[in-house]
This record gives sequence, C-alpha cells and structure tokens, in this order.
Amino acid sequence: MKHLYTWVSILAVVLFSTVGDVLISRAMKRVGDLGHLFKDHGLLAVSKAMFTNATLWAGVFFMALGFFSLMTALSWNDVSLVGPASASLTFLSNAFAAKLFLRERVDRRRWMAALLVAAGVALVAA
Amino acid sequence: MNLRKLATLAGVALFASCGDVALARGMKAFGAISLAHWTSIFSALLSPWVILGICLLLAFFVSYLSALSFADLTYVLPATSLGYIVMALLAKFFLHENISILRWTGILLIALGVGFVARGPALTLDHERSADLAGNVHHAPARGES
Repeated sequence: MKHLYTWVSILAVVLFSTVGDVLISRAMKRVGDLGHLFKDHGLLAVSKAMFTNATLWAGVFFMALGFFSLMTALSWNDVSLVGPASASLTFLSNAFAAKLFLRERVDRRRWMAALLVAAGVALVAA
Repeated sequence: MNLRKLATLAGVALFASCGDVALARGMKAFGAISLAHWTSIFSALLSPWVILGICLLLAFFVSYLSALSFADLTYVLPATSLGYIVMALLAKFFLHENISILRWTGILLIALGVGFVARGPALTLDHERSADLAGNVHHAPARGES
C-alpha cells in the first residue's frame, strides 16, 4: 500500500505541476514579452498585466497544489525516490502538454532534449 | 537570443538552484520538524538562510514568468535545467556533499539535452496559435525572433 500511495502522490505532483506550468506559460504568452511591455509602458503596466491575469493565478494555484502533493509524497517515501521521479516525469509530461495545449512545435530536437534532461535529472537527483 | 533573454534564462537557473541550496542549508541547521510541533516551522522563517532562500525563490519566479513571456515552455524547461548542474556543483563545494559517478553521468546528460534545445528556435508559433493568442496582446513584438 505504501508504494501505491507514493506513486499516486508522485503522479499528483506531475499532473498538478504540468497543469500549473501550462497555464502560466499560456498566461505569459498572452501578456507578451515582459521586456517590451516594460520598455514601452513601464512597471505599472507590467504589474497590471500580471495581477489581473486570471489564467496566471489559476496556474499559481495548481503549482501550489503540486507543492502540497510533493510534501505528501515526501511523507510517504524517501526524497531520493520522490524528488527525481517527480522532476523527471514532469519534464516529459510538460513536453506532451505543451504540444497538445500550447501548440508548441515539439520537434525531434525538443523531444531529445526533454528525454536527455529527464534521464539526467533522475540520475542527478537520485 | 539577445543578452537580456540570456540573462533571464540564466536567472531562472541560478535563482532556483541557489534558492534551494540556501533553504536546504537553513532547514538543516534548524533540524527536523515533527508533526506534533509543526508550528516550530514559523521560527525557521527567522533564520537568515531561510529568508535568503525565500527571496531567491521569489526572484526565480519573476524570472521564470519573464522567460515564459518570450520563449516556449519546451524551450525554457530544458534550457534552465542547467540549474541542476549548478546545484550539484554548489552541493559539492558549498555543502561538501559527494558527487558520485552516477551524478556526473546525469550532469552530462542534462548538458547534452540543453545543447540540443539551445540550437533550435526559442519560440515556435503557428498561424492558428498566433490568432488564438492575439486577443489579449498589449503590443506586437516580432514573433519568432530568438
């Protein structure tokens, strides 16, 4: 049962952080390049664009859910399993989600990068 | 990819890894927090290392948002995974932890992955997606510049 709980909470971490990342990415693409916005309209415009952005807040909310799932997962198993497993799987799920929901062009080069980084993170964090 | 964008990506990687290391150092000095005395976590917030860690993680979040405003998610995540390498090196030289051969292999794989993604464009937009996003854009930067 301990293993089941651990993996369910790891999958919850992966799911929530992916949803959070996709929402935040989507929100920021809509706002547009912050550097240009800052140069043209100043800090006030940047803050307004951020704080009034519901998608951004939703993304932060899901990130927080991901963080609490991580805490839960850590209470059931060692950080040496939970840390690398969730970080590494999140790289892969983000590549799928970015292709599906953000319509990013995830070509072979980006798949290779996601796979290599996911494998590397699993080894470094293990 | 101009200097500002490179600096933003470097900021994401550096602030995240330094923030984690500062938090880890602060929390290790503080000791384990038991469920029975969970309120003691609030006194951890007074530790200078924990405060530094939180400030660095806030800086990470600002640079992460900024990076996502000009580059794809599938570009930002691999590119900023260089932070894992920085963190491993910080752990070795600053926290005096050991880096095993397995970890060095992982560092090599991450570096290879970053090399792969860095050679491509930072932002990919098809017509459908640009039209989808156009609704709320405050200005019209040259899309696809990298």
